[in-house]
Formats: sequence, structure tokens, C-alpha cells
Amino acid sequence: MGSALKLVAQRVALGLLLLLLVSGLIFIGTQLLPGDVAQSILGQSATPEALANMRRDLGLNEPALTRYLSWLFNALQGDLGTALTNGQDIADSISGRMKNTLFLAFWAAIIAVPLAIFLGLLAVRYRDRWPDKMISAVTLASISIPEFLIGYVIMYVVGVKLRWFPSVAMINDGMSLGEKLSSIAMPVMVLTLVVLAHMMRMTRAAILNVMQSAYIETAELKGLNRFQVIFRHAFPNSVAPIVNVVMLNLAYLVVGVVVIEVVFTYPGMGQYLVDHVAKRDVPVVQACGLLFAAVYIGLNMVADIVSILSNPRLRHPK
Amino acid sequence: MHNNLKFFANSVIAGRMTRREFMGRAAALGLTAAAANTLMSKAAYAAGPQKGGTIKVGVQGGGASDSLDPALAANSTMLQILRMWGEPLLELADEGGLVGKVAESYSSTPDAKTWSFKIRSGITFSNGKPVTAEDVLATLERHSGEDTKSGALGLLRGIKNMKAEDGVFVLELDQANADLPYLMADYHLIIQPNGGKDDPTAAIGSGPYVLKSADTGVRFVFEKNPNHWDSSLGHAETIELIVINDDTARVAALQSGQVDMINRVPPRTAGLIARAPNIEVRSKSGPGHYVFIAHCDTTPFDNNDVRMALKYGINRQEMVDKILFGYGSVGNDTPINAAYPLFTELEQRTYDPDKAKFHMKKSGFDGSILLRTSDNSFPGAPDAAALFQQSSAAAGINLEIKREPNDGYWSEVWNAKPFCTSYWGGRPTQDQMFSTAYLSTADWNDTRFKNEKFDQLLVAARAELDETKRKQMYADMSLIVHNEGGLICPMFNDFVDATSDRVMGWGGGTSGYELMNFYAPMRMWVAA
Repeated sequence: MGSALKLVAQRVALGLLLLLLVSGLIFIGTQLLPGDVAQSILGQSATPEALANMRRDLGLNEPALTRYLSWLFNALQGDLGTALTNGQDIADSISGRMKNTLFLAFWAAIIAVPLAIFLGLLAVRYRDRWPDKMISAVTLASISIPEFLIGYVIMYVVGVKLRWFPSVAMINDGMSLGEKLSSIAMPVMVLTLVVLAHMMRMTRAAILNVMQSAYIETAELKGLNRFQVIFRHAFPNSVAPIVNVVMLNLAYLVVGVVVIEVVFTYPGMGQYLVDHVAKRDVPVVQACGLLFAAVYIGLNMVADIVSILSNPRLRHPK
Repeated sequence: MHNNLKFFANSVIAGRMTRREFMGRAAALGLTAAAANTLMSKAAYAAGPQKGGTIKVGVQGGGASDSLDPALAANSTMLQILRMWGEPLLELADEGGLVGKVAESYSSTPDAKTWSFKIRSGITFSNGKPVTAEDVLATLERHSGEDTKSGALGLLRGIKNMKAEDGVFVLELDQANADLPYLMADYHLIIQPNGGKDDPTAAIGSGPYVLKSADTGVRFVFEKNPNHWDSSLGHAETIELIVINDDTARVAALQSGQVDMINRVPPRTAGLIARAPNIEVRSKSGPGHYVFIAHCDTTPFDNNDVRMALKYGINRQEMVDKILFGYGSVGNDTPINAAYPLFTELEQRTYDPDKAKFHMKKSGFDGSILLRTSDNSFPGAPDAAALFQQSSAAAGINLEIKREPNDGYWSEVWNAKPFCTSYWGGRPTQDQMFSTAYLSTADWNDTRFKNEKFDQLLVAARAELDETKRKQMYADMSLIVHNEGGLICPMFNDFVDATSDRVMGWGGGTSGYELMNFYAPMRMWVAA
């Protein structure tokens, strides 16, 4: 077990180094964009004096490196600062948005992950027969259609025509859990459709891979029924690749759903980030970027650790 | 039958009968649904505004990075919000002219250099403090001072002196300006306690509503301000503002009854949306226009014949039909249309490939012309550029289109590159429109138009208090831009909004911006 702890420590250290690199890259990226925050705020009504005043007050006249280092210095002490555009505390705004994003991702994952794995098992059980083909066809079709289009279609049918759920997925603190769930029902549907195929295909492929092994044959000869063989003997041995793809999709649910947020007017992180990129609000972009990178790195680390722990050969290296 | 129906309709209004019941009885009397609906609207109108309830508004434009500081308001969501909690000194009246808000009345010295605004007595801010002339002075100081970041600064140049005394705010100008009161209706210039110098984002003002909760870029909730002085504003108890930037989502929210009104209905689908029985599409003409702008000081556009060739090479009617889908009117290469109080109609320039060819030949230029465009320069701009390319090709003009990214268009292309697509929202007066973009020294002279005679006329018109003479001067100026400017203006776009039948009272607000100049949530009421 000591080696596993060491591994985690190594991975965490590497992750932190990666985050530092990411912050540098994001900063350089924002500097390459045309225009600056003062120009973006004032837009067509920018006068030279107002621009100069704003740049001075926001500290944009400092050299880029100085701005980056002072940001880094504060961020390392846990102070993410305030947004340049509207002076709101970044940590405060992000925590509210992140809560929403995680809420949506959580419910989408709760439905999509078990469903995908179950469908994957089902597809293996009825391999090359009609249930397998239908599952594959439907999930592949849903991943191939752009997500905004699925969003619009569901919005039109479920929201406008049937009126089962609200078409604007607005949630706020005054709502009960039931109201919130009804509000996010449509985005959850779309996200489920979008992530289903990837996880389901991977489950199917990974299990089919071990189905060729000798011990599966043994299990079959023992007289176990086919579903038991898959679930008890094949699935545990194919956990590693499945966890990998599940983690990738969870990461996507957290950091990559901006299109769905826009379509359903959901107040999540993606929309928050895009609004601030459009205004060149560097501290906010930095904070969001780091958070996203941390989610990605963290989930991938979990996937690595799970696959090592689930494999005795990796768990006890010679 | 008619009397019966009238009785039923009034019963609905009085709450003795449901709407559905009414429609049923009307049908039984042989009336079509549409006719019954109209009849009921009339009865509801006659009954007058109903108090109470919640109006939900879906607006485009807001983002998480918006600031509540009026000085920094730059999109339609923030403008709508300012209208709710705050008031400027004056506001545009329905049928032209101005109406008092914080200022009860105003007057000027005969030379139009000193203006006095009498502050309405007895009105208070939402924090309970009275609104004083000192607050007005502080507000104007904040927007025009040395350190300002205000978007209104461009309007507030040339102020010599300001003072507040005995409930009157006095403003002295360097040069005469007969239109100064119109500047005071600018949406940035919301009167705040101590001018907002202490806390510009506090959202404390004297408006008909009070901001209760704000989730920037997402949702804003307002409650009626019980102490507001004007009883004709603010019928609903609560107003909820939801930012919905996606066009399809905004329309769907209206169709599914989640919001009662929306702004910026895409013209492409407005016709389809209007077919729904419970939805009304509202369009109103305004001073906003979509333009192709050429820098008059850059080759080949420094040759007026090239500019004339381009002006004759554009098919204006086709643009109105295909880009605005009829929700607009043809332009005439001047930024002025009938939305302006002192408008004089010029002879309409039309598409004429022969004349375009003639001018092109006369100019001696025969290369290709680079036109830059982007999706956000106006809705459908790349399509409009392609139409322009086609129509001018028939005149032998070779337009080359370059698609620029949306991001950074306003800082890198507009007002920087010699020929591009753009839009103007218009201004309340001709003086403002011309001073903003056509005066030689204007910051946003995006056509690099420098004409001595034009500049002289502009300054002279400001000091001219005789309306007939001013009108003639503005007509002359329009003609100069029309014949010599770098502005190619194919169309004026309408504001297109939509409301559901849950709210009533649409009407008025014919000047200014969309949604009845953003007063719709306050002037409309929840139908019984």
C-alpha cells in the first residue's frame, strides 16, 4: 500500500506543476487576443479619455509579466482577486457557478454512467443480435448529432409542445430540490444522450476483449448463466478502461458543456468563462482555467489510481 | 349578440369568468377565436391597467461580466435594468420631444448656452433619501469628470460650469446647444445618491422598481417601488428579468410561457412566431441602421466617384427583403430617417448599375475592393456583403469579401480598416448623430468624413433656435453626406419584439429603443 501512497503523492505534485504551466499558457493566450478589457467594456462608446482612465485604474499599464507575477503571488495565497469588468469577488462568483455546474453534472452522471454500463453489458449479452445493434445505432446517432441540435429538438418537443419541463433551465437558491430537478430535466436528457455512446461502446469493447480468455470459458463450463459470467467474471477485469472513459466523460460534463448551458440558459461555469473571455477579463479566465484544469487532472488521476489498484500486477510490481 | 359578448368580455376582466370560458361562449355565438380575442383585449384595455402579479421578461445582451454601474452599461440587458431602478433627468416622449423625469421642467437662456433643470420636489431614492439638485450635480460630475470611465463622456464635452441651487440644476456650456436636453435623456445618466460617487453599483435610484436580487448575466428580480411618483408606471408587483442570449431559446421561452415578453426576435423567424395564437410580434421603426463604411481619406475611397459607384451599385430593396425580411426600410446614404424630429426627405437613391459603371469609369480605378465583414457587425452582415458583391458585379465593380472574426471586430476592424460592415443604433437628435460620427473631429468618425461646410453647418445649427431654419440646415447636411460621404446605408432596421397574451398594454414608446424604449415591463400589466 505504501507504493500506492507514493504514487498518489507523485501524481499530485505533477498535477500542481501542470497547473502552474497551465496558468502561464492561459495568461499568454489572453495576451494574444486582440483588444483589452477596457476596450471590451466600453465597446462602441469608448472615448480615449475613458479608455485611459480605465486602463490606469485597472492596472493595465503595468508590463504583462508584472501583472502575471502579482496575480500568481496572490493566487498562491488563496486570493483570486476581483473581476476587472464588474469588481465582483471571483471566488464568490465561481463558487455559485461551480455549484450549479456540479449539480447538473452530478445528475447527468447519475443517470448516464449506470445506464451506459448497463447498456454495454446488455450489448455484450446479446452480442450481434438485434438489442446490440439497436443500442449501438441509437447511441452512435445521438453522439453524431451536434448537441445544440438535440437540445433544440428536445426543447421544442418537451418544452414548447408538451410543456412537461421548462425550456429555460434557470435555477436559484429559492427553489426546492424538486423544482430544480424539473428545471434541469431537459439539459440532463441532452447530456445523457451526448455522453452515453462513448462510455457504452468502451464498456462493450473492454468486456468483449476479456470474453476471449480461458477463465471465461471455465466459468461457462461451470454452468453459470451468461449474464453472471459477464457481471462476475468479465466486468471486474475490464474495469480499468471503463473507469478511464467514465472519468473522461465526467470531466467533459464539468468543463465542456458551455453549448448546453447557452441553449438552456443554465447559469454554469462554461457560460461564466465565455462571458469573461469575451471581455478579456484575465483574472477570471485564469481562475476558471485553473479550476477546469484541476478537474481534468484530478479525474484523470483518479482513473489512473483505480486502474492500478484494480490490477494485481500493477498493484504488486516485482 | 354584441352586447352579450361585451358582457362576457367584461366578466372575464372582472374575474367572474375564465378566459377559456369566454372563448367557448364567443364560439357558441359564432365568433372566430381571433375576433373573440380582439374583443376581449379591447374590453381589458377599457378596464385599464390591472395591478399586481409578476411580469417575466426575456432579454438578450447580458453577460456575467456586466457591471451595475450606469456609467459602464453597454448592452440591452443593462439598459433595461437601469430603466427599472433609476431615472435620468428627462426621457424621450412617446410622440417626439421630451418628458420630465427627475427634472420637472427645464429652460434655457435665449443663447442656448445656459440650461436650468428644476428638480421634481418630493421624490425620493429607494433608500428613502430625497432626490436633490446636488445629487444631479454629483451625477453629472461623475460622468464628465477627469477620472471618468463613463460611456456618456462623449456626449458631455464642452461643459463650462455646473451648479446646484435651490432645487435647480444649472449647466453652462462653452458653445450654444439647442439640443442639450436630449443629452440628459441618455441612459447612462441615471441620477444616483451623491452621483454614485460612493458606490456606483448600489443600484439605488428613483425608478419605479427596486432591485431585489441580482445574479449578473442570469436573472434579476425587481419589486415595485411603492413611493414612486408616477402612477402610470409599474403595474406588476414583481418583475423578473431573465437573460437569454440564444435566439432560439428566447423564442422558445416565450412560446412555452416561461416569459411574457422578449426583445430582438430574429427577423428570419418573426413571421413564423407571429402565427402562434397567443403571441404578438411587435415591430417598430427606429433610427438604427446597418451600414457599409468607407474611409474617405484612403485609396480608392478618397475618390468620390468610387464612393458614388458603390452607392449606385447596392440594391437597397433587396437587402430589406432578404436581410431584414421586411422588418425595416430602405436607407438613403444618410444616417437620418423619419425617426428624427427635424427630418426632411431627400430624393431616394436606387440601384443603378449603369450609373455605377459610369462613376467607376470616371474614377479611373479598376482594381478590386476589399470589404471586411463579420457576423456580429450586424445580423446577416456576411449575407449582405455577398448581396452587395453580386449587385455591384453587375456594374463591373469587383468586391472582394474578407470574413473577420467576431472577437475583436470593434477594436481591430471597425473604425480602423478602410472598408467594412457595421451598424449604428442611432441617436435621439440629428445633432447628436452627426456630432458622433460625421464631424471632422469626432472620435467615431468611422468614415473619416472631413467636410468644412458640414462642420460649419453643424455648429451653426446647434445655436439656431428657429426650427424652420434648423430643419433646412439639417437637410443640407444630410444632402452633403448623401452625395459626398463614405457612408453607404442600405437599410434601417426595425426593432422586433414579441409579447404573449398574458400581458397587455402595448403601445406608446415609439421613440428610443426596443420594448417600448424599455418601458414595456413597467407600462404593461398582467392580463386578468
